[in-house]
Amino acid sequence: MCGQCGCETESQSAEKNVSTPRRVELRQNVLDKNDRLAEHNRALFRHLLVLNFLSSPGAGKTTLVKRLLRDRDLTTSVGPLHQYVDPLRAGVIVGDLASDRDAERLRQTGVPVVQINTGNLCHLEAEMVAKAAQQLDLASFDLLIIENVGNLVCPAAFDLGEDLRLVLMSVTEGEDKPLKYPTMFKSAHAVIISKIDLATMVGFNREAALHHLHLIAPQALIFELSAITGEGLASYYTYLSEHIFQCCDKGIITSS
Amino acid sequence: MHELSLMEATLAIALTQTQAAGASTIHSLELQVGTLSGIVPEALAFAFDVASAGTAAEGAELRLKTVPTRCYCGDCQQEFQPRDWIYECPHCHRLSTDICQGQDLILASLEVS
Repeated sequence: MCGQCGCETESQSAEKNVSTPRRVELRQNVLDKNDRLAEHNRALFRHLLVLNFLSSPGAGKTTLVKRLLRDRDLTTSVGPLHQYVDPLRAGVIVGDLASDRDAERLRQTGVPVVQINTGNLCHLEAEMVAKAAQQLDLASFDLLIIENVGNLVCPAAFDLGEDLRLVLMSVTEGEDKPLKYPTMFKSAHAVIISKIDLATMVGFNREAALHHLHLIAPQALIFELSAITGEGLASYYTYLSEHIFQCCDKGIITSS
Repeated sequence: MHELSLMEATLAIALTQTQAAGASTIHSLELQVGTLSGIVPEALAFAFDVASAGTAAEGAELRLKTVPTRCYCGDCQQEFQPRDWIYECPHCHRLSTDICQGQDLILASLEVS
């Protein structure tokens, strides 16, 4: 009781301060939120092949995506998709902190492209991809390409709902990339060694790079190619077309 | 990495659970940080000081526990803890791609009143 006016206020406060803390067991995964949203994307994208391209800035993602889109007839003429007459129908979501230069480059190939500007955020998250996808007519696509923000660190932790995660490393970056960014390379379905036309010029140690990839990312298929000269693209396109065919084979794709 | 936004997400869960338990003050939080998560415990601790200010968690004790990476070897049918980023089974020396622990950030428990 308060010694001055007789009210109960102070003693009630004192009781609260000495109440014994009790333990609440939770075991809640804080990273769940993006994972759940990614699964939601996966359901939305179930009739498509969805690719997530990741790399450090300047490894050649946009150039490779542009080459794939320009060659999209080729993707249907190699591998098991050759019986399809129509060219591949694709849409793109591209993420950068700022500017729409990459989107503009890719729109030159005639496909619909949505540019996400992340502001200060250095990676794409599932929710951003879901919002961007609302601007695309997904039902009309066979393939959705997501070009992530150039960054080998943070994007690794964010599932976007993709089918295949493709990590690029260019010969100009050296052969130690997998050792330096193990989390990213361990998350890859395939690693694409890009700009191989420059390998000799920059003294790229191919054997060391392949060895490092084997140690750090034994799960990843490896493609070595140049989006400029076209070297190495055939096996890469066969790989993609086999995956598109698997989506088709589920009886979900419709060809006009 | 993004320890501040992760801590904000953690505190949102903690505050909701505190209310659900009929409590109003958080005395401590136990967070388990997987080594493969990319999350830096020291940065998480700093972010906690910032994010908890003015909330029921202000002044609470943050207990951080590091959870090591564990892999599974399908050939030997047993788990192992890799020494480094090369996930080599210590018994058969094959490289494992099966990660069974270490990728998560878990809010394990709270002490509330």
